[in-house]
Amino acid sequence: MSAETTPTTARAAEAPAGASIHDIGYRHYDGERHGRAYVRRSLYVQSLRGAFGIGRSARSKVLPILLLTFMCVPAVIIVAIAVFTDAHSLVAKPTNLVIGAMPLIGLFVAAVAPQLVSRDLRFNTMPLYLSRPMERSDYVAAKFAAMATAVAVFTGLPLLVMFLGGLLGKLKFADQARSFAFGLVLVALFSLLHAGIGLLVASVTPRRGFGVGAIIAVLTIPYFAVNMLMGILWYNDRQGPVEWLGLLSPGTLMSGVQSKYLDGTSDFPGEIVVSDVAGAVYLLVTALLIAGSYALLNVRYRRAGL
Amino acid sequence: MYDPTVARLTYRALLGRRRALILCVLPALLLAIALLLRLSGVADDSVATNLLGGFALATLVPLIGVIVGTGAIGPEIDDGSIVYLLSKPLKRSTIILTKLTVAVGVTFLFAALPVLLAGLIMVGGSQQIAVAFAIGTIVASVAYCALFLLLGTVSRNAVIIGLVYALVWEALFGNFVPGARTLSVQQWGLALVDRIVGSGVEVTSAVALPTAGILLAVVTVAGTWYAVERLKVLTLAGEE
Repeated sequence: MSAETTPTTARAAEAPAGASIHDIGYRHYDGERHGRAYVRRSLYVQSLRGAFGIGRSARSKVLPILLLTFMCVPAVIIVAIAVFTDAHSLVAKPTNLVIGAMPLIGLFVAAVAPQLVSRDLRFNTMPLYLSRPMERSDYVAAKFAAMATAVAVFTGLPLLVMFLGGLLGKLKFADQARSFAFGLVLVALFSLLHAGIGLLVASVTPRRGFGVGAIIAVLTIPYFAVNMLMGILWYNDRQGPVEWLGLLSPGTLMSGVQSKYLDGTSDFPGEIVVSDVAGAVYLLVTALLIAGSYALLNVRYRRAGL
Repeated sequence: MYDPTVARLTYRALLGRRRALILCVLPALLLAIALLLRLSGVADDSVATNLLGGFALATLVPLIGVIVGTGAIGPEIDDGSIVYLLSKPLKRSTIILTKLTVAVGVTFLFAALPVLLAGLIMVGGSQQIAVAFAIGTIVASVAYCALFLLLGTVSRNAVIIGLVYALVWEALFGNFVPGARTLSVQQWGLALVDRIVGSGVEVTSAVALPTAGILLAVVTVAGTWYAVERLKVLTLAGEE
């Protein structure tokens, strides 16, 4: 208290006689100040909950739950087939389930990413965040982590259903655990990559509608285009460039990685698995895309919201 | 029926600033692929129908339809600036029809014209492939625009719902459930393409041309009519 009153009394000496500052009884905050890490963690938790509509209105829960249901239906069907036919393995591998559900995951990313970042830009809430003991890089880190976790939960849940269902169906534990582990590695790569791309596109536009459209365009149009081109080249006996074409879209990039390193079945034409050299380039491009989108997000937020 | 000021505002909302860029990238990609196929010498009639039917009409046209159709009215309702338009002495039907006209014009520019060019680049005038797919695209995008303009007046999540229809219903369900194909704008467009294109090319559609024509007309007219009705009773809600 004494440190604060000193300048006041000094100024009061210059002020006209009779003027004084009254203590009207506001209480000071003497509690613990939590600092950057706490803010970052809070923003992460709040964004992650918001991604699934938890803590928001009932209307905003509809879409995530609907998409999540769509995601899990194939997994339940696969498990049901294995249980009722006494099969020794599931009819589809977890990694292939992830690749097959690409359009749904794309929709989820497109729905969530703009909701996480576009509204802060549009309603000018960025300055409010930054008035806390929080750096711009903290904001990016928290949002990126929340987005990646949301996508990982979204894509990982059906795999968990398959894994547990497989165990209930008395399939071999070692086989199930192995393919589940491979599936989780793919989920990790997949969610980091899609979180980066989704957030980067969404952070450019404050309009939610255009953000959604732009993310879908970036994720699915190259995917369909590359698949189409691969097919055309394959059936015209020009196999050489096919494996390199896969580098041109996030979807085929992940598809190439899972068939090469994660024991998945290839969905490239002719079920080709990429060569060792191409495989290494696939991994390198994936890493570059993740790191690059994170770096670009930081660049974008250096000036955003001012 | 048509108001130049509303048209100008819609046009600027659709193509202003960076949005024109997003819309330019999609057709540019189609043209690049067409050029690539032509230069590598694999472009023949079946490749051209594959690309135009399986890629352009199946993914590019619906996506442009979603962006343009909902973008013509959605953002205005979203940020509430539609009240300034509604408070002017204009009929609601004039507003919707003008926006629909502009949306159709923009899709013509960004979808039908590139499809025509891509077809011409790949196979020239062979079997009328380019013209057939361009006409199919125009008809399909009129229906898409009416449908998604309606969605824009009905729901805040218009873009997502439109994409679920375009990606999940037309692409995924259409592959597994044959019945889903009958109710797909894409198939109606293909029926028209099937009629125009020369006899040497395989284009298959799940619906016959008369059915397709009727359904297209019904969707377009009913969609536009209901969009007008929705706009008459529009209530503005705050952002949740």
